[in-house]
Amino acid sequence: MRIDSNDDGAVVIIGSGAGGGTLAHELTRRGTKVVLLEAGQRQSLASFSQVPGEAFGQLTWLDPRTQSGTWGVAKDFPGLPVWTCKTVGGTTVHWTAATPRFRPWEIRARTTYGSVAGTSLIDWPIAYEELKSYYQLAERRLGVTRRNGNPGMPASNNFKVMYAAAKKVGYKRVHTNYMAINTRPRDERGFCIQQGFCAQGCKTGAKWSTLYTEIPRAEATGKLDLRIQCMATRIEHGADGRVSAVIYRDSKGVEQRQKARIVCVAGNSIETARLLLLSESARFPHGLANSAGQVGRNYCHHISGFVWGTFEQPVKFWRGAVLAGTVEDETVNEPKRGFVGGYHLELISLDLPTLPLVGLPYGWGRDFAAIMEDYRNMAGMFICGEDLGRADNRITLDPKIKDAYGSPVAHVHVDEHDNDKALRKHAQDSAAKMYQSIGAKRVIRSLTPPATHNMCTARMSANPGDGVTNAWGQAHDINNLFISDGSAFSSPGSANPTLTIVALALRQGEYISRQMAAKAI
Amino acid sequence: MLTGLLAAGSPLASFAPSRAWALDLIALTTQEGATLLAAARTIAPHDKLEDAAYALVVHSVDALSAKDASVRKQYQEGLGRLGANFALAGEQARVEALTAVESSAFFQALRTNTLQVLYATPMAYAHFGYEGEAFSKGGYLLRGFNDLRWLPEVPQADSGPAPGSA
Repeated sequence: MRIDSNDDGAVVIIGSGAGGGTLAHELTRRGTKVVLLEAGQRQSLASFSQVPGEAFGQLTWLDPRTQSGTWGVAKDFPGLPVWTCKTVGGTTVHWTAATPRFRPWEIRARTTYGSVAGTSLIDWPIAYEELKSYYQLAERRLGVTRRNGNPGMPASNNFKVMYAAAKKVGYKRVHTNYMAINTRPRDERGFCIQQGFCAQGCKTGAKWSTLYTEIPRAEATGKLDLRIQCMATRIEHGADGRVSAVIYRDSKGVEQRQKARIVCVAGNSIETARLLLLSESARFPHGLANSAGQVGRNYCHHISGFVWGTFEQPVKFWRGAVLAGTVEDETVNEPKRGFVGGYHLELISLDLPTLPLVGLPYGWGRDFAAIMEDYRNMAGMFICGEDLGRADNRITLDPKIKDAYGSPVAHVHVDEHDNDKALRKHAQDSAAKMYQSIGAKRVIRSLTPPATHNMCTARMSANPGDGVTNAWGQAHDINNLFISDGSAFSSPGSANPTLTIVALALRQGEYISRQMAAKAI
Repeated sequence: MLTGLLAAGSPLASFAPSRAWALDLIALTTQEGATLLAAARTIAPHDKLEDAAYALVVHSVDALSAKDASVRKQYQEGLGRLGANFALAGEQARVEALTAVESSAFFQALRTNTLQVLYATPMAYAHFGYEGEAFSKGGYLLRGFNDLRWLPEVPQADSGPAPGSA
């Protein structure tokens, strides 16, 4: 449907990924009019490119960003601190569909880990039992494997290596992961044919993405106005301090204003924080929802990286669903390991053109080429561990660099905590030990790649001084402004974030509907 | 112009008009092209990967240079610093020459362009055994995603049935 730009009865959602796309469906199916602004273009199963470099260009957010700090990404990938998407469906188009839950102790980070110097830990303002009930809803919606009677993913070659190695070193909780990928036809979508092209956009649609599930269903309600190639540049407020409209550039670069009853921001943590900061005004001189100075702070990205093992015999790890494997034994808090928090070891592979660009330590020459020569005999794991929130790990507006519309770009600053370094070493050592236990010729540890998990830059907090929103993602300062993506996480845990983003969006959709019905907002 | 011969069995041989290849350079000189080809081979030395693959790196940089004067300048200066004899020098000497400029913006661009282009060529796919795009062939579900036999099979409880297998 077309919603008039002066219609102030609509909910405006910015971003169409896991959070925004899901929320748009939840609100429209309950009868609420939604304008969904998406900065990127709309692809389809047919238009997804199967040329890795081309697919990267088709889906990735490539607008400039700057960065600083002691994390390796600042030096190794100076123009690309994070790897997120600019396309309808957001990062649910390129994600690899692993959907573990947070553990109960992870959402009580401050209580579990205690006072850790140099961090800004808080507990989530949500009871785990409540979150769990939304996990169950989200898992049904996404068709997560190994839950609700959905079969697990079959074991790929790469997983056979991971499994044998994990069992050899004594790990117990090893399986083909919880995956939002169909293992049999369901939800009007087919099953996985093990292409190994998850990150280029799943051409069978077996992998859940809002692009071909939540968004078309929201459109079918007749209540959705999806506007593509529309980049939000500012959120306006009225004299009462409540948000009233969103300013954006349309596909022709023309500035537009859409009035709103409620605004929900779901632009992935970097752009969500940036938009709030860009929306400063006389009344809110430091940006919207920022009276406590918390917008953009506590940025978390997970301690991540690859560990590769090469073997005497072929693995052909590019065949098969990319992330269909996990070891959960290290997803525990055991400070005697030398750090707090836990990590997941997950299966991973990279296509041939991508491996040397992001998957290996910086290098060239004979040694580098020797690693590449073993490409067909290579197995891979991804480490995904909890990083600890720090007030000064934050998103700010770059003082010099501006985007095509003259708005300052986001600057990402990350200084690693000693806990982060200790966790990374332990995780890489564990993965290395696994591969060595079954006779790997060589183990290679990668650099830290650009962050795909971006969280906590507008976090939920019980105390308004500690964060940006309440337990519903509703801004402490402005009751008709919501944060609807991973920015609202109070801490990052060690779980791949999408399932939790969806669970929170389902919960927030209910809350917004109730509040609207009660005329509270 | 750079010239060479496709290796027997090259993935390009089936549709190339002849085994000889020639690269008409637009922005770079033949000397620069030869230096660049040798530099790409030094950065990613795969002895059995044919010159035609490395020539595609030269082709890409030449096209970038034709489009963007700053790229052309960076490569002309950088390749010039490697010296007129770089392409004819032994590998050790080429490694030393590149190591000497390793921290320069030129080298960073050269390395990135080399890796980006080289490993995306059909010759590299064939050389490394990488099968690439699989959708048009029905994925790997029935074509070996689980054909590894040198390790034990995974119990069903920790994995799941392959569709169509049971």
